Amino acid sequence: MADSTVAVSMAVPIAGRRSPAAAYAARFEAASAGGGLRLAEIPFLTQVNLRVDPKSPAAERIGTAIGVPLPVEPGTVAGGGDLEALWLGPDEWVLLAPDGAAPGLVARLTEAAGGEHVSVVDVSAQRTTLVVAGDRARDVLAHGCTLDLHPRVFGPGRCAQTTLARAGVVLVAGEDGFRLLVRSSFAGYVAEWLLDASVEYAGPAAGA
Amino acid sequence: MLLIPCPWCGPRDEAEFHYGGQAHVAYPENPAALSDEEWARYLFFRDNPKGLFAERWSHTAGCRRWFNAVRDTATNEIHAVYRVGEPRPVTA
Ligand SMILES: [Zn+2]
Repeated sequence: MADSTVAVSMAVPIAGRRSPAAAYAARFEAASAGGGLRLAEIPFLTQVNLRVDPKSPAAERIGTAIGVPLPVEPGTVAGGGDLEALWLGPDEWVLLAPDGAAPGLVARLTEAAGGEHVSVVDVSAQRTTLVVAGDRARDVLAHGCTLDLHPRVFGPGRCAQTTLARAGVVLVAGEDGFRLLVRSSFAGYVAEWLLDASVEYAGPAAGA
Repeated sequence: MLLIPCPWCGPRDEAEFHYGGQAHVAYPENPAALSDEEWARYLFFRDNPKGLFAERWSHTAGCRRWFNAVRDTATNEIHAVYRVGEPRPVTA
């Protein structure tokens, strides 16, 4: 049953819930003190994996139901704010929304699918989200990412599944930096790697 | 290290891909009718040209799609990539 309260975050704390990179909060903060770089975790984002033929009526209905047309250009993001659709493959997307939105979002997607050949899976617990932002964000990521991260090629509105220091990540470019969707079991490794790669940039930004 | 142009994602590092062997090897229409020798020929025998070779690759660390590439086995130059279902492009 679709409802209109999907974007309202359930602020109720869930007992015992701990985000995969929670232990790194203090070290992320310390590494961000210089001003040229900001590391942080955005815990518990809703992530729903969606597979559907982009040419099917179901894909069109889903776009209407969530108010975001599914992007068909490879490596692009549609929507913003409380609901983003990231292109993962020619018939695969991951939808990002605030914590607590999963049940309502899954219900809306399932209803819009209307029994067609569509897969909707809540994968929120699969990955956590790390922020690598600031003037030095590109320099840090370039230590372990083979993509061309220049804004001309990989600017806001673009996303990519790739590897960072050999760990699989979904990289999302924003105005001020990047979000990394990292598998929960890799979060500690990627956090350690980011902190290590950040050492030389932890001071004040060049020219500051 | 090769830079392989995924037909969906564009140029990506070779480490993001897995190799899938020769392309366009048709599954036998009636496998049960094949002799052991014919079945073994289907399973294990592949062309081994020096030069252009149509082969399958999977973009495992990216869009996770299989596609085909025409690669020169002597120079490693990739002459064409094309999506599953598309015909092999004419290459020099
Ligand atoms: Zn790809």
